[in-house]
Amino acid sequence: MATIDYEQKIPNNVDLKSDKKLQRALEKWLPDYIEWWKDMGPTDFNENDVYLRTAVSVDRDGWADFGYVKMPEYRWGIFLTPTEKERIVGFGDHFGSKAWHEVPGEYRNMLRRIIVTQADTEPASVEQQRMLGHTAPSLYDMRNLFQVNVEEGRHLWAMVYLLHGFFGRDGREEADELLERRSGNPDHPRILGTFNEPCTDWLSFFCFTTYTDRDGKFQLLSLAESGFDPLARSCRFMLTEEAHHMFVGQTGLGRIIERTCELLKEHDGRDVRELGGIPLEVVQKYINFWNSSSNDLFGGEISSNASNFFASGIKGRAYEEKLDTDHRANEGIYTMEVFENGRLTTKEVPLRNAMNEVLRDEYVSDNEKGIIYFNKIVERHGVDFRFHLPHRRFNRKVGIYSEGWFSIDGTPISETEWLGKVGEWLPTQEDRDYVQSLMVPCLEPGKYAPWIAPPAKGIDGKGIDFEYVKL
Amino acid sequence: MPASTAPTQNLDAECADVMELTPFQTHPDRYRHWRLSFDGDRARLEMNVQPDGGMREGYELKLNSYDLGVDIELADALSRILFEHPEVRVCVITGTEDRVFCAGANIHMLSTSTHAFKVNFCKYTNETRLYLEDASEHSNKRFLAALNGTASGGGYELALACDKILLVDDRNSAVSFPELPLLGVLPGTGGLTRIADKRKIRRDRNDVFSCVAEGIKGKRAVEWNLVDRIAPLSRWDEAVSEMAGEMADELPTSDAVGIELAPTPFTVEGNALRYEYVTLELDHAARTAELTIRIPDEAGPSDGAAAHAAGSDWWVLRAFRELDDAILHLRFDLPQIGLVTTRVVGNSAVVAATDALLATDDHWFVRETRNLVRRVLKRYENSAKSLYAIIDGGTAFTGCFLELALAGDRTYVLNDPDTPVHLGVTAANAGMYPMANGLSRLETRFLGTPEAVAPVLAHRLDRGGEVIDAETADELGLATFAPDELDWEDELRLAIEERACFSPDSLTGMEQNIRFAGPETMETKIFGRLSAWQNWIFQRPNAVGPNGALKCYGTPRRPEFNYDRT
Repeated sequence: MATIDYEQKIPNNVDLKSDKKLQRALEKWLPDYIEWWKDMGPTDFNENDVYLRTAVSVDRDGWADFGYVKMPEYRWGIFLTPTEKERIVGFGDHFGSKAWHEVPGEYRNMLRRIIVTQADTEPASVEQQRMLGHTAPSLYDMRNLFQVNVEEGRHLWAMVYLLHGFFGRDGREEADELLERRSGNPDHPRILGTFNEPCTDWLSFFCFTTYTDRDGKFQLLSLAESGFDPLARSCRFMLTEEAHHMFVGQTGLGRIIERTCELLKEHDGRDVRELGGIPLEVVQKYINFWNSSSNDLFGGEISSNASNFFASGIKGRAYEEKLDTDHRANEGIYTMEVFENGRLTTKEVPLRNAMNEVLRDEYVSDNEKGIIYFNKIVERHGVDFRFHLPHRRFNRKVGIYSEGWFSIDGTPISETEWLGKVGEWLPTQEDRDYVQSLMVPCLEPGKYAPWIAPPAKGIDGKGIDFEYVKL
Repeated sequence: MPASTAPTQNLDAECADVMELTPFQTHPDRYRHWRLSFDGDRARLEMNVQPDGGMREGYELKLNSYDLGVDIELADALSRILFEHPEVRVCVITGTEDRVFCAGANIHMLSTSTHAFKVNFCKYTNETRLYLEDASEHSNKRFLAALNGTASGGGYELALACDKILLVDDRNSAVSFPELPLLGVLPGTGGLTRIADKRKIRRDRNDVFSCVAEGIKGKRAVEWNLVDRIAPLSRWDEAVSEMAGEMADELPTSDAVGIELAPTPFTVEGNALRYEYVTLELDHAARTAELTIRIPDEAGPSDGAAAHAAGSDWWVLRAFRELDDAILHLRFDLPQIGLVTTRVVGNSAVVAATDALLATDDHWFVRETRNLVRRVLKRYENSAKSLYAIIDGGTAFTGCFLELALAGDRTYVLNDPDTPVHLGVTAANAGMYPMANGLSRLETRFLGTPEAVAPVLAHRLDRGGEVIDAETADELGLATFAPDELDWEDELRLAIEERACFSPDSLTGMEQNIRFAGPETMETKIFGRLSAWQNWIFQRPNAVGPNGALKCYGTPRRPEFNYDRT
């Protein structure tokens, strides 16, 4: 099982060739997908050779192969992490019973909903990022962008395999609709708000891969625990790829900060704008925007859906299997601050209903580590600036905090105060225009745009001046 | 219009404090959950439920979910459209929430309500939705449900009560009935009845639709006739306006000028609620109430224009609006009252004169008043109370008030030559106020002896007939009992005491089964079948037991069913 069958039209490790019906269904979907990629992917780079990694095995070590590929010819496939033993449902009311290899009828609709929602984010991000190739600050960054893009495409494949394989006609229809919705389209937008936000500059791209893809990581972690075994195994392998996306974001932001710090030190006292760098305050504002928007992706703080998903054994906590805790979570209480009648009060919520918040806790603490990484860079340069993570209550559009106004540190404020301060917290049009003005392509091997530092090292042992994309 | 509206507006609320009465009267100025606006022949009713605006503590009205307070405003808005804006031809019902039109009745409100409240709440919301259809049929209005997002459960049921449904096609918004799969109950606000009997959707598709919590969206929703049309977001406003325009074009225009609906305040004196024409006197110990409607000495307006000038002070409109309010208090606030004895006192000639106007004048305001009388009579006979008409000295059960007697369970007529009674038949009894079954009350009463209807109608006052005395009433089959003066008091006392002692549940069941003889209509199915099943489910452990679906919803627990089919 562990080896991937590359002889097939659709590479896979699920023995697709012995399930003719499913194979036919997927092969029918394949041209529509390619069509979608050519329409909505990084269209203008379809003919270029890009130095990409392709999954060749699902083993932990040596799973990927590097080489030049034209993106439309990328071998998107279906890869599931193999099972080592008979899995059990690891949480909820079915805790301890055998994991499902088929969809339980009772949970069919719920599962389909979850899979469709997860799947929808994958093509959405490709669409959001489709024009960024034109303004890449280097070939290295361009290659990273495309790597992220093709892997989001593969994640779509992983979810579509589940829809086709386990959900009959409904699943096939949903798979078709995944290619019909469009990010930011007023008529058929992507399901979740953040995935309709434009991502037209590289600062946004790095924020997206840092914060929005990290939401993806935690959603995948919780689905990787699912009692529905094919979903769990799909998500486990997706996590392997997702890690690179966050690496791109985290180091990308780090390199921007690095560059700005260098400029600050070299030209003490001057506005980095005059020097073509991105002010740290602006970076902070972009972090504030994308982090708060991504916080919304976890859903409401108190949620019946979250409770149902957990109770049913469909969506667990991150690392559920490793947690030394009551996996039924039937009795537990979660204490959270709620916003009622204009003020914050403490409320005890049944743990299952607070599962979105439990997952967001993990997300927030992961993000805090990222902030420490950024601050190490500024500290190293002796620059008097510190990054911080906006409070989870800040700028929310979903959940209990969306009903009030909160400052960057989570303090309830009035709408007037908000309007007075919002320009300090979130990117202004001026900030956006400035960042956009820097988006000038820098496409010579080894050259990097003036607002971003080169990476510490290249990809796959190659140098930072390697020709990652042949233009 | 009356200058006294302002100070009296809050009277109902004040009384509510004293007797803990539910405030059923409101005004657009005080709406918390709806925005009502007018533009020429269009009305726009936007659902904008305030999460913290629930009628009581303990639940949040998220995602445009509703409770009784929200529905009271909806009913009020509908009355305003009918009486204050006769020029309106199309009313667009839509929502202000992003991606959600309405999530239906609030589940936490339902799961923390008493059974009696749930039943009354559902009945009230059902009536309001039927009033939408009633207005479409009788009031030169059309309703367009412009579903700007997902309409689930009661949200879709509200849409089903409209003439047409337009659903946004954003690849996400759906119409759905999650009641069965998610909550273990039914879409009980007419939903199951309307998909079958109004939209006439195939039974297998109804079956599938009612089992998929997330519902059906887009093209398939149109294909299955769950909605009439879909429109993309980018041309949503245009599509709404287009469809509303098409619907308006089907109707004649009107340049009529509305009246202002003044409140109908009441005072509480001891055990009595006193309105201007209606009094409700409670005997808590006996679990009975005496409902008295006083006919004024003068009929007042004699043509439509004069009635219009009188506006909401026109006595017959006011009396029936007061009756409507009193019935609601009886239902919601006075559950212990099992029997209502009704008397209509005054002069038959006054009622006959007003009935003549109601029957013959085609002024829009007269028509609307007639529609309201029809609705209130239905609400009266659809109440879970035993209803006796007490026809004795000084009463005037004539025309629309004879309907009130016929709407009840029994009529007691005093047969005393020294105290003659006057029952009067008018056009009102000849089909002006059909029951839910589509028949007049006389036709329903004499279902087995249809030849008995004509002799009653032969007494029509508007056709030269005479008032009916006790003996004639008995002969005509209008009296259940017509005791003489010697037996009267005792007969009546025994009948009342006996009634008050029976099981209230079986009484409600019996009354509802025998009041509506004759054909089934969508309306009778809603109250007689859907509501009855819903009310049964609402009592069952699978819904409301400690592990029932309704109790578990929103908690960390999943329901545990007893899988025996009953």
